[in-house]
Parts: sequence; structure tokens; C-alpha cells
Amino acid sequence: MKIREIRDALNAQVLWGEHLLENEILYAFGSDLMSDVLAFVKTGTILLTGLVNSQVIRTAEMADVTAILFVRGKVPDKDVIDLAKENSIAILTTNYTLFTTSGILYNCGLRGIEADKM
Amino acid sequence: MGNISYNFPIEKDDFERAGEASSKIKKILRQLGMDSSIIRRVAIGAYEAEMNLVIHSLGGTIGITIDPESIIITAEDTGPGIENVQLAMKEGYSTAPDRIREMGFGAGMGLPNMKKCSDSFDIESIVGKGTKIVMKMMLKDGD
Repeated sequence: MKIREIRDALNAQVLWGEHLLENEILYAFGSDLMSDVLAFVKTGTILLTGLVNSQVIRTAEMADVTAILFVRGKVPDKDVIDLAKENSIAILTTNYTLFTTSGILYNCGLRGIEADKM
Repeated sequence: MGNISYNFPIEKDDFERAGEASSKIKKILRQLGMDSSIIRRVAIGAYEAEMNLVIHSLGGTIGITIDPESIIITAEDTGPGIENVQLAMKEGYSTAPDRIREMGFGAGMGLPNMKKCSDSFDIESIVGKGTKIVMKMMLKDGD
């Protein structure tokens, strides 16, 4: 699924990375626990989270996360957006909750990372 | 290739800059043209160690040594030390306060994650003195 399709499916706003919308997303991972993101995430993943601090971007940077989608209408501060920019990570925000966001994306054909294949 | 070493000081409670050292380490490995999967393992191990130093220690350093066979990450601090290392290594065990959990850390996955990323993992800790962690990632052909 392309980031553009994810944006459209969730009525999401792109906070940074308009030029990255054609990039392909292979998996989604929803979590507010950054150590779980570090433990489980693969490349080509969009991270769905309600956390908006700079550690979310740092975690995404280390784990090679392709894009971050903030749920529940959360918008990070400018310095957090700047850090995403520095690392070429697309960031979006949607008003849907984490559960609804996950359901919509699953319905569109996007899948999660299987725990037994980690 | 000769050995390359870098050392980064890490300050206690400096959440503003937490992750900068690991970010620098990742960039160094990229510049050396290493394979993305080994870079990712090193970056994750270094970042978990860096967050541990910021959250739990009185301050310390993160070091990286690259030799022809391996990448070694060393995290060393000046205290307070871990009382029960075996317990600290258990997934889900954490002594982090709520304010750390609110930031997405303190889930008791840091040390297990570091071990998972490494080919060899050593931890030594003395209460009142400090903790030293050594993670070694072996390089294969193509890395």
C-alpha cells in the first residue's frame, strides 16, 4: 500500500513528506511502547502511535521505519517534525483512534507483523 | 581496514539529546557502506543502551569499535549499578518510573532487546560502582 493510499483511507494530514507519498508500505505496527517497536518492526513499516515525543522519531530512525502515523488527532511539536525531516521519515496524523485506524488499514489489505515470524 | 573507535558521553536525564549518539553511530556505519541489516542491529542495540544510560544511570559513555571481524558496542556508566542482573534481563521487568513509561520506554524490553541484537552480550554490574555492557555483532561477507 502506498503512503498516499493510507492518507486517503484515513483522511489523514501529511505533516511532512509530501514527496514520499508514492513509497510502498508493506506492514503496519501499532504501539506506544518504543522497545516493542525496536524489537519487532521490519523495514517497510508504518508505525501507528499516539506518542508524539522525539523518541518516537529516534526509534523509527533506528528501526528503519518508513512512515509514522499519529492517531487520535495528535500533532507533534515543530522540533519533532524537524527530526523526522532530518531522517526522511514521512509523518501523518489522523483523527481516528488506534483501533479504528488499524481496522481501516486492515480492510484495505495492509497486514501486521506476525509475532511468530519476528 | 584498521580498527575504528568512537566514544560518546551520555548524560543522565538528558531526554532532549537522547538518541543522538546512536544516530551518529548509524551514520558512521552508513558512511562505511555497511549492510543495512547489520546497521539496524547495531543502531537498535546502541539506542536501547543509550536510553538505559539516560533513564537509569548517573551518566556514562557509549563506545563503538569496528574491526575487520566485528562491531563492538560498549555502554559504561558510573552507577548506581543493577542489584539483580538476572531479574533485569527478564522481559517485562522494569524499575522505570511512570514518567519514563509515558515516553514509551520502561517496558522491561531494553536489555532483552540488546541481547537479541547481538551475537554475544556481556553485562557486569556492581552496585555503587556501575554497569558495563558489551555487545558484539559479527561481520559476515557482504556486511
